[in-house]
Amino acid sequence: MRNLLFVPLFLLPMYSFANVIMVCKQCPVTGIGAAIQLAEEGDTILVKRGIYQEFDIKIDKCLTLIGQDWPVVEGGNQSEVFSITAPGVVLEGFQIQNTGASQSQERAGIRVKNTSDFRIRRNRLLNTYFGIYLEYSREGIVENNYIKGEAVSETSSGNAVHAWYCKQITVRGNNVYGHRDGIYFEFVDSSWISHNYSEANVRYGLHFMFSNDDRYFHNTFRRNGSGVAVMFSKRIDMLSNRFEHNWGTAAYGLLLKEIYDASISDNHFERNTIGIFMEGAARIKYENNTFSNNGVTLKMMGGCIANHFKRNYFFSNTLDLVVEGNTNDNSFDGNYWSEYTGYDLNRDGVGDVPYRPVKLFAYVMHRCPESVVLLRSFFVDLLNLSEKISPAFTPANVLDNEPLMHPVS
Amino acid sequence: MLKILKYSFYDMMRSRWIYLYFGFFFAFTLSLFLISTDLSKVVVSLMNVILILCPLIATMFGVMYYYNSREFTELLLAQPIARRVIFLGQYIGLALSLSLSLLAGVGIPFALYGIFQSADIWNFFSLLLNGVFLSFIFSGIAFWIALKNDQQKIRGFGLALAVWLFFAVIYDGIFLLLLLSFSDYPLERFALGASMFNPIDLSRITVLLQLDISALMGYTGAVFQQFLGNGTGMLFAFGVLTLWLLLPLWRIGRIARVKDF
Repeated sequence: MRNLLFVPLFLLPMYSFANVIMVCKQCPVTGIGAAIQLAEEGDTILVKRGIYQEFDIKIDKCLTLIGQDWPVVEGGNQSEVFSITAPGVVLEGFQIQNTGASQSQERAGIRVKNTSDFRIRRNRLLNTYFGIYLEYSREGIVENNYIKGEAVSETSSGNAVHAWYCKQITVRGNNVYGHRDGIYFEFVDSSWISHNYSEANVRYGLHFMFSNDDRYFHNTFRRNGSGVAVMFSKRIDMLSNRFEHNWGTAAYGLLLKEIYDASISDNHFERNTIGIFMEGAARIKYENNTFSNNGVTLKMMGGCIANHFKRNYFFSNTLDLVVEGNTNDNSFDGNYWSEYTGYDLNRDGVGDVPYRPVKLFAYVMHRCPESVVLLRSFFVDLLNLSEKISPAFTPANVLDNEPLMHPVS
Repeated sequence: MLKILKYSFYDMMRSRWIYLYFGFFFAFTLSLFLISTDLSKVVVSLMNVILILCPLIATMFGVMYYYNSREFTELLLAQPIARRVIFLGQYIGLALSLSLSLLAGVGIPFALYGIFQSADIWNFFSLLLNGVFLSFIFSGIAFWIALKNDQQKIRGFGLALAVWLFFAVIYDGIFLLLLLSFSDYPLERFALGASMFNPIDLSRITVLLQLDISALMGYTGAVFQQFLGNGTGMLFAFGVLTLWLLLPLWRIGRIARVKDF
């Protein structure tokens, strides 16, 4: 019994091997860079409150850097601030600001390069060109950061969270504002994006390029140039997100381009000029989404195959669906349409007359956008009515054969 | 003029048609609220009805009222009263009572369902304001037509109906036809200009700009949003509506002056 107790006590010093290095203005170590030089693998660096005029801080060892009371790391518009190249680094609690813009370097507040198992938590990044830039990295977490940029145009700004050739990363609970793209994924596979809030970015709230097997859920995209763009990607799951207030001449809640095998469910689309714009989207399931007060709810361009809409709710949208070209084998069965005027004789909750989501006026407006001035006029209502009774111009096979009488909550 | 205004106003208030008109709006608005408690939805549904019905009723009422009160008008003409005053008084009395019916018919249910606490209050006010403008404009046009054809009742009714039909339906049809046939050209300015020449279209657009903003913001809608969406654009729109109001007034004044009764 005594021997058994002795063994763990004997092992204890091995666990407390890591040192803690304090950094502050009065401490023996006054700079973050200097502390990293001193530190050994596995050490923790505690940075106290203060302003640190440092840039190009290279974290090339497995370290934990923790800022207490928001130490400010000021890049002074000179260069990048942190770059992480070692696995297992934790970076937490810093306010990182002013990297200055550079097209050739793509300067970032925090760069993570060729590494894995990083954790970037609870930092504030203000006026950085790129916020957090991940490249060739895997199995890391970017969590609860606040990233605010001052982007004016697409060409002169960077992305808040930028990931390039990454795998299995998690971007969670971040608030991103005022960058080019809120979150940008290029060649990023098997990653999760959740609980982020992305507002007022110049281009997209979230942008996928050539990324597969990703999932994003419980995010809010508000007042961005466009909400989310998913391009050239496969097997993306989009769940329970909110796409709101994306207004403008080319603003979409969600833009799908050359995307296959995705599933889009439980999302809310509210007050977007175009709810979902799809081009070359194939084998996509849309379920349980709510669309309310959008201009054009769904705009289907060429090459859309096997898009299946089921149990979606369309409330007070100006136009439900605009279709260009061939509608192929897309289906719209079993949705709720607030403009449906049919009846339900056997009271099973499903309307007895099919609903036609494409109105004649949608067709007219597509040919001549200026005719938007005649929206909701008596004449246009008459046109729509006559078209509804005997469809001549609108595609005859775009139908909801089982329109719901009531939205199911 | 106030006296004549008062007489014709009371005269109208005694007519059961005006109560029917009030009753219709009251019942209609109330039933809309029973179907949906979403104020902005109700405003949209009401808009369609107000934009069609207000001009129709105002035109029909205007013509009818003029022909019905012809004996009284003749009696007044025999008195030492300026002709302009007689007709203007009658017209304003008529338009005022129509507007009141509309305001009360739509306003009471809205007040009951708490418009004053809602964010949609401005949509509601702009809708009512447009309704009042349309009542005034179209009863003015009706009065003008009736005054011009005061011996030919049928012709007057027919013309009034044709005018309503033109502005409510035909104008938009021609408008759309033109837009479609010239769709290769930039048409924003034309569309904006053409909508100024129809008070119903103008009212519709000013109301819509506050409701269906997302649709109008897209495509070319941005032009309308820029022009009519801000304060000055709104003022401009109401300025044009006022011009529309002054047109029949000016004609009435002129005919009243030169006509041989």
